[in-house]
Amino acid sequence: MTRGLGQRRGLGAGRGASLLLVFLLGIWVASSGLLDQMAIYWDDITYLTRQHVFLVASSGGAAILLGVPVGIWLSRPSMERYAETVMQVFNIGTTIPTLAVIALSMTLLGIGFPPAFFGLFVASLLPIVRNTYAGLLAVPAHLKEAATGMGMTRWQILMRVEVPNALYVIFSGIRTALAINVGTTPLAFLIGGGGLGELIFTGIDLMDTGMLLAGAIPTAALAVAVDFFMGQAQLRLIPKGVNPLR
Amino acid sequence: MIRLEDLTKRFKTPGADIVAADRVNMEVPTGEICILLGPSGCGKTTALKMINRLIPPTSGKIYIDGKDTSQLDDIQLRRNIGYVIQQIGLFPNMTVEENICVVPRLLNWDIRKARQRAADLLDLVGLDPRQFLRRYPKELSGGQQQRVGVIRALAADPPVMLMDEPFGAIDPINREIIQDEFLKMQAELKKTIMFVSHDIDEAVKMGDKIAIFRAGRIEQYDTPDMILAHPANAFVADFVGADRTLKRLRLVTAEEVATTEVPVTARSTKVSDALQQLTVARARRAVVIDSDHRPVGFVTAEEMAGGSGEVRDFAHPLPATVPVRADLRAVVSEMFAHDTMWLACTDDHGRFAGVITQPDVTAALRATYGAGKGASDQARQQGSGRDQGAP
Ligand SMILES: Nc1ncnc2c1ncn2[C@@H]1O[C@H](COP(=O)(O)OP(=O)(O)O)[C@@H](O)[C@H]1O
Ligand SMILES: [Mg+2]
Repeated sequence: MTRGLGQRRGLGAGRGASLLLVFLLGIWVASSGLLDQMAIYWDDITYLTRQHVFLVASSGGAAILLGVPVGIWLSRPSMERYAETVMQVFNIGTTIPTLAVIALSMTLLGIGFPPAFFGLFVASLLPIVRNTYAGLLAVPAHLKEAATGMGMTRWQILMRVEVPNALYVIFSGIRTALAINVGTTPLAFLIGGGGLGELIFTGIDLMDTGMLLAGAIPTAALAVAVDFFMGQAQLRLIPKGVNPLR
Repeated sequence: MIRLEDLTKRFKTPGADIVAADRVNMEVPTGEICILLGPSGCGKTTALKMINRLIPPTSGKIYIDGKDTSQLDDIQLRRNIGYVIQQIGLFPNMTVEENICVVPRLLNWDIRKARQRAADLLDLVGLDPRQFLRRYPKELSGGQQQRVGVIRALAADPPVMLMDEPFGAIDPINREIIQDEFLKMQAELKKTIMFVSHDIDEAVKMGDKIAIFRAGRIEQYDTPDMILAHPANAFVADFVGADRTLKRLRLVTAEEVATTEVPVTARSTKVSDALQQLTVARARRAVVIDSDHRPVGFVTAEEMAGGSGEVRDFAHPLPATVPVRADLRAVVSEMFAHDTMWLACTDDHGRFAGVITQPDVTAALRATYGAGKGASDQARQQGSGRDQGAP
């Protein structure tokens, strides 16, 4: 129990602090001999990690690929009348616990990869659509007016003015979505989706600390890595003029 | 040339329709600045935005250089019209260079040519290209942003410019400086400009013509001098202000009013010679100049009468001098400050260039009052003389 608590706190704190915690945890695990217990599951770890990462990448990637265009589409003036209603529905969607989303997904699609993928996809979709939509609407009207007055086409205004100026907010949405996604993926095991949840939940059931850690540590490391990667991307990919981080 | 014919815009709103432009007719000759002036909500912006079709007119026609703009493609039309808005509207995601290059790139200019143009334009407004090309808008001061906003609109060298309160968001001191800079550029570029303002002082300063709007209608369209001297109705008179005569002082430079045939004398001239000179010229005083022809003092006939020696023994210092390019408001201000009826004028090199008296000033103001319409043309010539004369 205490270990789990330590991990959770590590994830909640700043990136540096969490890295340090993971590091200290690693030392502690190594010195207490748990590393040897975990080593037994090495094959499982590599196989399940691959499955886990694939779940995250496919459902997260699909959510980005669909969420950004949907957000853009909802922000178009022609959608003005429906967009707010759609966003209300989406906002209610975000209040549903992800575990419930996963469960609902299973009732629709049965068990295995498809419901896991679909549940994670839906859970990550909402923040992306919401931030893309809100970010684009927040682009000041006078910028769009200047762009129109200078003779840009609608597409040029979208690509050269609106999206670049909303990019920071869109990125934040993607970052949130991936954090939710990574945090929820262990639950995929519950509906037969595989992944590192298999080690965690089985470890809990069997009171096998080594097995539990064999699942929990890579899960935590993945969460930290994804967040770190997204932070770097946000810092470096967004133009300096519209990047509050620079 | 821009011509508006019966231009009308009716906004449909849930309540009553709003007529933001009501059969507006006007013509802006090529190379002139026309100011659309009026209280907030009178339809200035609407009139302006119909020209680049950001707002489609309800009825009426707009011709640019004789071409009916409703026949042109909106996008092409806009790329050939410079547009400056009050909020400046620099794109925060682009550097200064990228901002300036937007329209040239839309017009498929060679990228090197566009970049060169951006550097040249920055130079033109006194911003060092090496320092500013790579900056982002948020790294510029308000005045610098405003300058970049203007040169961005000039980038593709459009013949026509639309400017909606372009210097409205800036402090008064910087506004004067940017206005002067802009007039200097305009003297060379000779763009045809529609310029929205709600500030009568700005309008008088910048405009070759002023159109005064009320509730979507033009109340008067004329030169600044005619509008100030002969407001068409009570609304216009009220709008231009009770001090409209004083405002006219800005429209005339000392050069246009000063008397150049003034006797001059040197410090070492004999008093008898100086008196002789004044008698011949039938003048009461002479300006004393130094060897570089700079005014340094004055002598009067009464004080020298019957005296002997040199002029220097009778000379008084000058209370002040004014540059001959200064407008009459500055001249009058100096006169009042030094409690004097006359001032010596100097040219760009500080040399004596004539004398201006308070009666000269009042005569200049009276000239347009008495002459009515005929004087309007004269005033316009004076107006253009003012532009060319800008240093
Ligand atoms: N899109 C619009 N819909 C309805 N009314 C408008 C719209 N744009 C402007 N108006 C109205 O038209 C009038 C003129 O507006 P505007 O041209 O912006 O005035 P100005 O620029 O002189 O302050 C105002 O009464 C304004 O409320
Ligand atoms: Mg306006």
